[in-house]
Parts: sequence; structure tokens; C-alpha cells
Amino acid sequence: MYNFSYQKAASVDEAVAAMQAAEDGKFVAGGQTMLPTMKHRLASPSDVIDLGGIADLAGIAVDGDTVTIGAMTTHAAVAASAEVGETIPALAALAGNIGDPAVRNRGTLGGSIANNDPAADYPAALIGLGATVKTNRREIAAEDFFTGMFETALAEDELITAVSFPKPEVAAYMKFDNPASRYAIVGVFVAKTGAGIRIGVTGATTCAHRGKRLEQALGGELNAAAIDGVDLPVDKMNADMHASAEYRAHLVKVMTKRAIEACAA
Amino acid sequence: MADNGIGASVRRKEDNRFLLGKGNYTDDINVAGQTYAVFVRSPHAHATLDSIDTSAAQAAPGVLAVFTGDDLAADGIGPLICGVTVTSDDGEPHRAPMHPALAQGKVNYVGDHVAVVIAESLAQARDGAELVQVDYGVLPAVTDTATAADGSQQQIHEVAPDNMCFNWPFGDKEAVDAAFDAAHKVSTLDLINNRMVTNPMEPRAALGEYNSGSEEITLHLTTQNPHVHRLVLSAFNQLAPEHKLRVVGPDVGGGFGAKIFVYAEELVVGWACRKVNRPVKWTADRTEAFLADAHGRDHVATAEMAMDENGKFLAMRVNTRANLGAYLSTFGTMVPSYLYAFLLAGQYATPLIYSEVKAVFTNTAPVDASRGAGRPEATFLLERLVDVCAADMGLDPAEIRRRNFIPTDAFPYQTPVVQCYDSGDYHAALEKALSLADYEGFAARAEEARSRGKRRGIGLSSYVEACGIAPSAAVGQLGGGVGLWESAQVRFNPTGNVQVFTGTHSHGQGHETTFAQLVCDQLGVPIENIEVIHGDTAKTQFGMGTYGSRSLAVGGVAIAKACDKLIAKGKKIAAHALEAAEGDIEFADGSFAVAGTDKAMSIGEVAFNAYVPHSYPEGVEPGFDENAFFDPLNFSFPAGTHICEVEVDPDTGVVDIVRYSAVDDFGKLINPMIVEGQVHGGIAHGVGQALLECARYGDDGQLLTASYMDYAMPRADNLPSFDVDYAPTDPPDNPLGVKGCGEAGAIGAPPAVINAIVNALGVKHIDMPATPENVWRAAKSAA
Ligand SMILES: Cc1cc2nc3c(=O)[nH]c(=O)nc-3n(C[C@H](O)[C@H](O)[C@H](O)COP(=O)(O)OP(=O)(O)OC[C@H]3O[C@@H](n4cnc5c(N)ncnc54)[C@H](O)[C@@H]3O)c2cc1C
Repeated sequence: MYNFSYQKAASVDEAVAAMQAAEDGKFVAGGQTMLPTMKHRLASPSDVIDLGGIADLAGIAVDGDTVTIGAMTTHAAVAASAEVGETIPALAALAGNIGDPAVRNRGTLGGSIANNDPAADYPAALIGLGATVKTNRREIAAEDFFTGMFETALAEDELITAVSFPKPEVAAYMKFDNPASRYAIVGVFVAKTGAGIRIGVTGATTCAHRGKRLEQALGGELNAAAIDGVDLPVDKMNADMHASAEYRAHLVKVMTKRAIEACAA
Repeated sequence: MADNGIGASVRRKEDNRFLLGKGNYTDDINVAGQTYAVFVRSPHAHATLDSIDTSAAQAAPGVLAVFTGDDLAADGIGPLICGVTVTSDDGEPHRAPMHPALAQGKVNYVGDHVAVVIAESLAQARDGAELVQVDYGVLPAVTDTATAADGSQQQIHEVAPDNMCFNWPFGDKEAVDAAFDAAHKVSTLDLINNRMVTNPMEPRAALGEYNSGSEEITLHLTTQNPHVHRLVLSAFNQLAPEHKLRVVGPDVGGGFGAKIFVYAEELVVGWACRKVNRPVKWTADRTEAFLADAHGRDHVATAEMAMDENGKFLAMRVNTRANLGAYLSTFGTMVPSYLYAFLLAGQYATPLIYSEVKAVFTNTAPVDASRGAGRPEATFLLERLVDVCAADMGLDPAEIRRRNFIPTDAFPYQTPVVQCYDSGDYHAALEKALSLADYEGFAARAEEARSRGKRRGIGLSSYVEACGIAPSAAVGQLGGGVGLWESAQVRFNPTGNVQVFTGTHSHGQGHETTFAQLVCDQLGVPIENIEVIHGDTAKTQFGMGTYGSRSLAVGGVAIAKACDKLIAKGKKIAAHALEAAEGDIEFADGSFAVAGTDKAMSIGEVAFNAYVPHSYPEGVEPGFDENAFFDPLNFSFPAGTHICEVEVDPDTGVVDIVRYSAVDDFGKLINPMIVEGQVHGGIAHGVGQALLECARYGDDGQLLTASYMDYAMPRADNLPSFDVDYAPTDPPDNPLGVKGCGEAGAIGAPPAVINAIVNALGVKHIDMPATPENVWRAAKSAA
């Protein structure tokens, strides 16, 4: 780690002001991605602005058919939340399967989506459910939020405050674990709402995306067999030592079918 | 039997401190004035060192010194050595390139040591290391085991043309070839043995302290064998004379072989603490562990078996290429030679075996012993080949094994590859394992799985290994540079408690408990009054350390012999005190008694008399403290049959181990709970190799799996609950009747797992690790 100056913000405004004043500042939430990167000397922010002291960034609220989760809510809190468990059990299950207990007790929803790791789980859920990302400035539809590998629509000094999720009729997430890191080699989130079926796919490509070909094949029905005939573009798939592009494309279909079956069950 | 004696599953004494965070590991030790070392490592796999500019680093805040290979050479320190000679087919010893502790002129793998920076703080040492300017002349990298020595690759070392370390043929080639020509059937298999990073939980570390008054260096190290470290560092690396060097291996968090060897960092830290006259500490981070710990395995081989019309093995032929990495590690040459080819007979009465091993250099980390060392490679090759033979002959895998096993009445059995097995009953272990695994019921289970869209497979592995690594004479004959006996000292204190000094080293194996049980059993002293002391050259007279599952089979016997000496001496002391003839004294349960009377005294009282010899037998030395050494006549030969049952998901290629049965012959068990733990850990290790683990280098020689993000270790959810049982036989050459158990699981498991997958899919072979993608592809190809 290189030297940096540390400050703990008490409010969103204070955090944003600190960021604007910093030469090369970084917000830190759970630190589960930030700190290892800094320890390996791969990142050297001049200022680290800790969001941990901003009370109103953490918490879960249900209002009618909308679940709103504060950016600083940990994966463990989402996994254990009775409200989330009742309204969107698939989201609670997803959070409960991220990393290990230490990661879940520190890592946050805001940190995960701001980081937008191509193999992270939450982005699939946000896209699949059609969630809305709330920042200190605006609201961004999930599909517009995730823009590329480790890239989002956030401005440098923009802070995620919360994410709101519409309650689906039914939803399921199927993840194919990387055997080493246990991130998603492929993760597929299928959600059926009044507006139809949406599918969020993570791990497969450089950035989580909506599975439009898959959605089209379903034609509004939770029918796993309809996926068999879908042709996915292998050339757009990630390839690494754990899974080739061809295998990933295949896994997207298998995980989609399994998520549909889980929805139907 | 004493309550806590031989055969009791005594809870491990050491776990109290380990589980409560009270262990004392090298990095836990901090001393006044301590400085920190950080190594500048090569980012290139193969490059000339054109220049090193240390001036900016030297001027950086807190930096005390920056050293390079020239500084070491100027002081006559090093180079690192390889302790075992293998004679190549040209009659010359293996090619041994110079292995400087800090590179001279050239770097040969990513992570190779270029310079060391010593500073007041770790952060300052890191900052300093970033300021060392190195100009590299990048050369093409050699990484592929199969082609490294085929003449197509860049030569790495001047002394090793074509990157060949040795070409070592063994056996009667003509007779074997003739048997193949006359055979009814020949089965052939090409396979690899995947490269592993050994991954002990605690990374390596060293703390060097120099006492300028006594001119003594004390080195705390993550070592499995403190005396071996001291010997090599003194005799071969010129660090300090043996009597001026103390090596301490305090608590060590796992070794699995990786902490046997004498590494560059250890020598440099030992030397640098004298150079800067301040204590110097180095602790590897995990990346350094991946890059610069010795790796294991990495073979590419072809195996062939000649059979008669009944599936009887007539002859075997094996051609192996073994990757030794960029330099020879301490025992690197021994692993793919003596520890490998001499195990190729396995449990079978194959009369003729010919093996040819070509050991090659590549631009990768040095390769050396890793849990099992050579025997897992031999066992995987043989047990996979046997299943191919069974398929080719239309025989059940259990049946072909039965037909070829060494008969139970044939022991001691001389194999055609040097080893003479002292004892074993391979049929007994096989039959017990088959019933434990409900082999009969497998077909029904496979049927049921198919109805759920899954494919079930069952796989056998009947292994034998040679451990209890000792017989010094045999090791010497083979070109080993050391004796491999073990020593012990059992000391009564005047108040009756006992200190047991052993030359072995415990780094997770539970010796502090097992050895105390031995002494408790033999001397009748309560276990809580027995302390086992190991790991410090200033406390134990000498010892060869712990590897090759040798601690109990060799070190345990030395302890028992020291106890025998105490009992013999005690009889003299008791006879005098009890006014009886020495021959009338009987010793049992901690008490010396005059036969046929109720006159007796406890061993504690005898010890007290020995230290306060007011009334004492003439000619008997005071004190109650005995040394013993033990050098066995032979290795020990644990064996067994492991049976793995898997369920494969053909849609994803995921392999689920649904059942695992192990029946092992370890001779007598001192602490069955500890033995079962060793079996569990060994199987987990073997499952890791079979399904998950692989150290992969890119063509440019970068290690692609340099963290746990990419290097997959086995975890609890990769493993079933194991069914473990035993089929012991009595080894005639071991006075305690024990065989080693620490490596058996890692040796037996990989072929059991792969045989099960192959059986599930109906394919000939799948290489390790059987990753989901590879299994998915194999399932598709078979469908
Ligand atoms: C061992 C391990 C295993 C893991 N496994 C998984 C897994 O299986 N699946 C998975 O999805 N993830 C996994 N993760 C990642 C984990 O979920 C992280 O917690 C997450 O990616 C980052 O969250 P954080 O709160 O720790 O963010 P930090 O590390 O603190 O920050 C990450 C980035 O987000 C920015 N940031 C944080 N909060 C905000 C905010 N409110 N507004 C704007 N920017 C912000 C930071 O500036 C930084 O750039 C794993 C991590 C580890 C260490």
C-alpha cells in the first residue's frame, strides 16, 4: 500500500465535497475490492473517503411493491433480511452466496455495483429485475448504469445512495461458480413481472447485460425448452483458463433453463 | 494399555494453542532492532541481467542496504545445491546449473531473485525495492514439459544442452521389449501429471539474528527440517560453521514438502543479518509463495502394459518427461527418479518393468517434493493404465487387480524396480474396500442417477508407496548426500516429568500428541507430564526432519529405543533400592517391581534417585536421560484401495464426489483420530489435484495462476464425508509395527477420482484437473 489520506464522511454532501477537493480520491465502502487492490499497490488514491459513517446509506425499506436497499447495506444484511426474503427471495439468496462470510459482512451493494466486476452477481439481479440506481444526483435505470468492463455511468464525484427493486411475481438466480474465486463464470437472473420476463446475464461477457435473445425466445412464457434453439454469439463471450467462449455460451443457456425451472417450481 | 497410550484417540495436545491463536510462528516473532527484507524479483521468465542500478534505492528513506548477487559472491556465499545425484544415460551425473541465491547475469523464471532491500520498515523496504532499476534483455521462455528438451527450444543453461538435466533409463529394456513383442495384448496410455503449487497455509518466512559477541547466527525459519537446513547452509552455502549457526523451526503452519528445501531467501536473510548487524525479517506474501515456493509434479508420460490372454501383466514400459523448473531445488532430481520409477510396480507382480525418465529444465519455478513426491505420479500413471487394461481386456477393474496382485504369501516381495516390499495384503484391502463402497450395488445407483439425467461412475485405486524415508545405506547407494536415520532423547527431570526431544518436526501432524502417547504407553507416565520438543538445533542433538511420512516410522522408533534404555537403566537403580537382583526386576505400567513380591517403586522415584543418587548402584551413571538413534533396514510400504464414486452433470461437466471409501494398511495405529485426519487431508489434497488444482504458465512464462482467484484449492463442498477403514499388516522390519500415513491419501486419491469420471463418461482418459469444461467436452465426445 502507498500512503494516502483518510477521512470518514458523516454525510453524503460531506463525502462528495471531500471527493471534489481531492486530487485523486476514492470512496471506500466495504473495502473488499479496494483494499486488496491498494495492498497490491495496483491502486494509489491520494484520498480515501470512507462512507461507513453515513448512517442513512445503509438499510432496507419496502414500500408497496418496491424494495429499496441503501448503498452501504452489506451482502450479509441483504441475505438475512426478512423483507428481502419475502419480497424477492432470489435476491436474498444471491447476496447470501457472494464470497465468504468475511466478504459478505463487509462488502456492500453500492460497492459491488460501482465496481462492476464482469463476474459480479448483483449486476445480473439489477438488470433482471429492472432496478433503479439512485445517486446523489439522479436515478439511473440498471441497463444504462452498467456501461462496460469495470465501468459505470457514474461520474467521478457521484455517489450511489440506494437501489430500488420492483417486486417480481417470481424470480430466480442461477450461478455457475468459478472453481477458484467462486465469482460467477456465468450467472443468470430471470424475473417475471407484470411487464413480462427479463433476464440479466453476468460473467459471460465484458459487462453484465440483458439477455434479449433469451427473453425473445421465451415469448413471455417460463418455458425452459424454448431456450434450446437460441443461438448465442460465441465471439462476444469471455474466454479464460476457466472457461472458453463456447463453454460460457453453453452455460448461459443451461443456467437460464435452470433459473426458469426454479421459477416454475 | 495406558488410557492415553498406543491405540487411543487422544485429543491433540497442540490444538489448544493452535485453535486459540496462541501458536508462535516465525512471523509472530519480533525482536528489538528488527529490519525488513524485500526481494526484487524478476518479472520476466528468461532474461539477461544487463545492469542493476541500486543507487536510488540505497538513498531511499529507511533503507539500510541493497544487495545483489555480486555481494553474495564477494562473500563466498552459496550457491544453492541439489543433494541427490542421478546418473544420466551417458554415464555422467545430472547437469547441475549454478543456482545463485541472488541472480548473476541472468534470470530464469518469474519470481527469480534479483536483489534484496533491507530497510527499517516493511513499507520502506517495498518502496526501496521499487527503486531498484534493472535492465533486462528478454529471451524466449521455455515452459512446456513435453517439448522443453526436444531441441526446438531456447537453451536455458550453458551446462545443459537441449535443456536436459538427465535421461535416466532403468530396467532391462531388451527383456521388456521382447515381452511386448510376444504379448497377447498391449494397452497404452498418454497422460500428464498436472503441476501443483503446494500451498501450505502459512507462507514461508525467515528471521535472522546475528550476535556479534558470540559470532553466532540464529535463523528462525519455516522449516520441516531445521538440522538439514543448518547442515546445508553451513557445509554447502558457507553461511556459518555448524556450531555457530542455530536454526529454529518454531510453529510451522503446514509444509507438505514445500518447507523441506533450502531457499534463496533463507540464505540471504541469514547472511544479511550479519552484514547489516541487525536482525532481518522476511515473510513471503501469497504472490511470492505462488511464484517462488517449489512446485510439485509436472510430468508428461506414456505408459504401456503387455498382457497375456488372461489379463496377466507381463511387462510394463514407461516413458516420462519431468519438469524440474529453472534450477534444481534441494531434492529436485530425486523426485522423478528414485521416488517415482521405483514405485512403478505398484501392487502388481509384473515381472518386467522398463522406465525412461527425461528430466528437463524450463523457465518455471523449481519443482521438488510435494506431498507424496514421485509416488503420486507413479500411482496415477499405473492405476490409470490398469483401468485401461481392464477395459481393453473386457475385465472388471476389480478383477484385473485381483489377477495381478502380489500374492499375500509372497512377502517379502522383491519388485523388478529395486524396492522390496516387506509386508502387505492387497487382496484384503481391496475386498474390504469393495464392500465398504457397496461395489455390488453400484449398477443400481448408476441406473437411478441416469433417471435424473446424471452419470454415475465408480473408480478404484490400489496404491502402494514407499515412505518412512530412511535406510541411510540405500539412500547413499542411490546418490543421496545425507543419512536418513532419526534421533531421540528422552529425559526425565528430577521431579518425574519427561521431555522428549525428537529430530523430526511437527507442522500440523500432531507429533506432540502421538509421540507423547508412545512414551506414556511405554513408560507409564501420565501424558500431561510429557512434553515433546522439536524444531531447534540448539535443543535436539540432530535429526533429519519430517517428510516422506517418516516421523513415526523412523523418529517414533528412536523414541521407543530411548525409552528401552531408560527402562534398562531403571532396573539397575530399582534393583539397588529394592535390594533385589537386577534380573528379578520387572517393569510394567510405570512401576519397577521385584518379581513375585509386592516390593516396587515408580519410575518417578527411580528418576529422583538417579538425580539424587545418595544410595545408588555402583558403576551406574547418575541422571535419567537417554539418547537413541534409529536407522531402519527398509522403507515402509503403506498400501490400500481407495474407491471413489462420482456423479457427473453432463450439461455442465460438474463432478460431484458422492461417496469415497478408503481402506489403508498403515500397520499399527498409535492415534486413530490423528491417522484418520491425515487420511482425510491426504484425500482432499488428491481430490484437489484430480479436479481443481493446476499451476499454469503462459507461453511467455508468466504464472497465470498466481493467486487464489485463479488457483483452485479443494474446499469442504468439493468433498463428501469419507468412509475410512483399515486392513493392517505387520511390517517385520519396524519395531513399532507402524507404517507412514501422511501422504497416502494424496497418492491414492487422484486415480480413484479420475477412474470414476472415466467410468461415468465411458471415455478412455481425461487429464487432471478434470475441470467442468474438460468433463463437459469429454461427455459430449462420448455421447
Ligand atoms: C474473497 C472475495 C470473494 C468475492 N466473491 C464475490 C462473488 O462471489 N460475487 C460478487 O459479486 N462479488 C464478490 N466479491 C466482491 C465483493 O462483493 C465486494 O464486496 C464488492 O465487489 C465491493 O464492495 P465493497 O463494499 O467492498 O466496495 P469497496 O471495495 O469499498 O469499493 C469498490 C469500488 O466501489 C466504489 N464505491 C463503493 N461504494 C460506492 C458508492 N456508494 N458510490 C460510488 N462508488 C462507490 C469504490 O470507490 C471502489 O471503487 C468478492 C470479494 C472477495 C474479496
